[in-house]
Amino acid sequence: MPSTEELQALVAANTWSALLPEILLGVLALALLAVDAFAPRRQPQTLLAAMVGQAAILAWLLFAVFTAEAGEARVYFAGSVVQTALSDWMRIFFVTCSLFTTHLALVYLRNREYPRVEYIHVSLVVTASFMLLVQSGNFLLFFVALETLTIGFYVLVAFARTSRFSLEAGLKYLVMGGFSSGILLFGIALLYGVAGNPLLPATAVDPLNFIELGAFIGAVGIDGANAAHPLVIAGSLLVLTGVLFKVGAVPFQIWVPDVYQGAPTPTTAALAVASKAGGFFVLFILLSGPFLALESLLFPVLAGVTAVTLVFGNIAPLGQQNVKRIMGLSGVAHAGVLLLGMLAAYQVPWAFHAVLFYLLVYAIASFAVFEVMAHLAPDEDADQDISHYRGLLKRHPLLGSALVIGLGSLAGIPPLAGFIAKVLIFVAAFQAGLYTLLAVAILGVVISIYYYFGWMRAAVLRELVDDGESGREPLRVTIPTKVILVALALITVVGGIFQAGLTKLVGLS
Amino acid sequence: MMSSIAHLALFDGVAELFRAMDAASPRAHTSVLLLGIFGPLAFALALAISGKLEDRAVKIAGFLGFLLPALSGLWLWIAYLSLGVEGGYAFLINASTGLDFLGVSLFLGLNGISLPLYVMSGIVGLAAGIYAIQSGVERLRLYIILHLIMLGGLMGLFASIDLFFFFFFHEFALIPTFLLIAIWGRQGRRAVALELTIYLTLGAMLTLAGLIALAVLSGAGSFNLIALRVALMETGWQNAVYGLLLIGMGILVSLFPFHSWAPRGYATAPAPTAMLHAGVLKKFGLYGLIQIAVPLLPEGAMAWNPLLLWLALGNILIIGLITLAQRDLKLMLGNASVMHMGYAFLGIFAFSAAGIGGAVLMMVAHGLSVALLFLLADSIETRCGTTDMRDLGGLGNQAPVLMAFFVAAIMASIGLPGFANFWGELAIFTALWASASPWVIAPTVAGIVISAIYGLRAVARIFFGESATEFRGGDLRGAEKAAALILLLSLFFVGFWPRSMSDSIDAAVADSFPPAATFAPVAALDD
Repeated sequence: MPSTEELQALVAANTWSALLPEILLGVLALALLAVDAFAPRRQPQTLLAAMVGQAAILAWLLFAVFTAEAGEARVYFAGSVVQTALSDWMRIFFVTCSLFTTHLALVYLRNREYPRVEYIHVSLVVTASFMLLVQSGNFLLFFVALETLTIGFYVLVAFARTSRFSLEAGLKYLVMGGFSSGILLFGIALLYGVAGNPLLPATAVDPLNFIELGAFIGAVGIDGANAAHPLVIAGSLLVLTGVLFKVGAVPFQIWVPDVYQGAPTPTTAALAVASKAGGFFVLFILLSGPFLALESLLFPVLAGVTAVTLVFGNIAPLGQQNVKRIMGLSGVAHAGVLLLGMLAAYQVPWAFHAVLFYLLVYAIASFAVFEVMAHLAPDEDADQDISHYRGLLKRHPLLGSALVIGLGSLAGIPPLAGFIAKVLIFVAAFQAGLYTLLAVAILGVVISIYYYFGWMRAAVLRELVDDGESGREPLRVTIPTKVILVALALITVVGGIFQAGLTKLVGLS
Repeated sequence: MMSSIAHLALFDGVAELFRAMDAASPRAHTSVLLLGIFGPLAFALALAISGKLEDRAVKIAGFLGFLLPALSGLWLWIAYLSLGVEGGYAFLINASTGLDFLGVSLFLGLNGISLPLYVMSGIVGLAAGIYAIQSGVERLRLYIILHLIMLGGLMGLFASIDLFFFFFFHEFALIPTFLLIAIWGRQGRRAVALELTIYLTLGAMLTLAGLIALAVLSGAGSFNLIALRVALMETGWQNAVYGLLLIGMGILVSLFPFHSWAPRGYATAPAPTAMLHAGVLKKFGLYGLIQIAVPLLPEGAMAWNPLLLWLALGNILIIGLITLAQRDLKLMLGNASVMHMGYAFLGIFAFSAAGIGGAVLMMVAHGLSVALLFLLADSIETRCGTTDMRDLGGLGNQAPVLMAFFVAAIMASIGLPGFANFWGELAIFTALWASASPWVIAPTVAGIVISAIYGLRAVARIFFGESATEFRGGDLRGAEKAAALILLLSLFFVGFWPRSMSDSIDAAVADSFPPAATFAPVAALDD
């Protein structure tokens, strides 16, 4: 039983102000619902307020980060919340993603009969959960944040309730997501149980805490190392499975194509960018924290996953004509490259910063592509075909060039930022000596040219075919959209030639 | 090198001027180098973002963009000879782009090996540019922009001392090639463009892997070529890394048996693209082997040389025979350009200052002559509507100037004295004779006979006899003539005064191949 002093110390650690951005996002989300309920006619202003509110929170976070002194990790709520320079970076990343997702949602919902404010509401809650997830210091907050955002995604995936594709995707994501959550929870329970076992060395007082769990797994007793305990092995592998499901690594990628295709385009973008980034950051927290002592076990497992992910992710999109499926399946290939960077991070200190660089560049390029996709989507959002892109460069030069630059960056073509990102990961992998995986990744790049070029070729070369349905009506591109597209394309091009800004942002150099 | 040109009173005065400029500001010549690389890119950007322009304005801007690299090349050539750098690096500039933590920076400069190629690239670029401007294709502006980007990349890759940017500029030039073939190519362009893209991306990725391996494993912690020269690698790694580079770059240079993309690619590409790619961009691989792989990994080079010999002979004999069987002029030229790469590879195989120097000279000469041939072949196609040699004939009467150029270009590519090609081949043969396997001379000379047969037969088929096609458009027009003349005069210039290039090549090669190092591997071949 903890003493009064200890309880007082715990309460003193509850610094709510440390989580003010997340709290404000939640307040904003609730306020949106309330305002919309009482003043439904003022919806345009409400939506604008949602954008402005997010932008303000982003500006505040940026200000806080740039004025903060570099130092140790800040620990709050008795170890539940751990804020580091990297987690601050990820919070900024998620709010920025949320802004782009909101904009995509407004474009998507423009001609559709679905509730708007509700979509933004759920999306904001998901964002706040992502931000909490990357700051979690124990499995409790970790699981609660992960579940909150997953449940949010169930709603967002099935949001197009008149589309059978969206409903099917929602059901698939619900079943597969529930399954993976169960596995994850089972793993956490096993770790909790074994780390609290007083018969083992270095028994943890708070077995859910990452630091204590790491100390427990790293301890060695008379009967051998805790890392070799069967429950530790089983628990960590199950937890890892749950995380790999989120990033869409093979063999946990089964949900990817259908969910990406069926979900509304803004949700697909959030899944592709925010969900993947969150998954990788959590993987980093786990591998560099509680599971650090399990390197000899997890490294070969992850290496195998990386290899099959790279192979599958590059071969599976080859025959696809649906661009949302292409984005989903090629996203699996990107997950493979990122996993390669994670493996390199075991040996090369700067490799994880290269992963962050890759995530940043991937996000910028992906949002450019998703913006274009949202504008070209037919009424049935799931039926986005390569043929819709025929002659896009002539039909709308800005959308066309943004698409080509975005896809080129995803394919890793110089002089675009995606090329630099791939090279950084490759150099890191080389320094770490991962030659075989590197060979697989490089072959993957060659194969990926095929499907990215097929899509680009449709936009650049093919003339618009007048088959009546491939969208003869003029495209409505608003000025904010134009600004966003030009900015994203410009960052992608300039970042490929002059990398100083981007590398400084992710803490390289 | 000064001795060879000192007796020219005129040059003395010019040299004095260039030295004075360098003394006044050490950045003077460096800025000319930057102009040669970024000038065409700036014009491309300006053309891309400016709104509606008259056709004339587009053409003039394009011409200026193509002119800058040529002028920059000539200027730096004279400056290099005046400064008496003796093969070493000159016109250096080092700028950070934000990748310093990897040891990567934009480090530019020229040495005795890269200077001739830089000059050649500028000249071929100007000729290809003039030809592109007068071609009158659809979407001319995009056509010019893409060629300008390609040219900027080419100039940059030869001026890069940093391995990362060396590769980066290569890709910069390669991507427009794909687009140019895909948009303006002849029939079957889509399949060809895709095949080319995937095959060359494979080669480029292997090369990239090799370059990263080189930088990481050498322990220099830098991609800077000069720093890497100091930190040579352990033998164990040399073989593997050299292998990666040889195969990766071999694909890009169309080394047998990785050549299958080349003939169809060149036959399909629009003429200026084929000129720039076959003439200049393809030399990337050879240049990389000569400037980077062989000097840095001499033991790896020795280990792979026996295989390289057979592959190079495959280029010369097998592709030579395939060339003989071609009926289409452009396919014949495409195959011939693959075949001639074999000589350059043999120069590397010889592993001596003479062999490598000959290979560099050969690359310059081949770049000029193959560009001239593709230009003339295309002007034949625009006049007769076909390049099938069975249908062509009797052009000599209707287009005597075209015929004169074509005959001269064929003579150059066979390697007759008076043309630059002669000196390159001569140096390579001499080096082969002095190498451990002098018997290689025999099949190589047979290759010369093969190229004489198909070259002269093409002349006979196209310009003599009866024509089965309609001839339209008369003899070469002014712009075509100017472009062809630039290339032909350059071939003559180097042909009659090879020392203007070979002295600095020799000095630079001697740097990388000190007599002792040259001697030891040759002895190693015997056991």
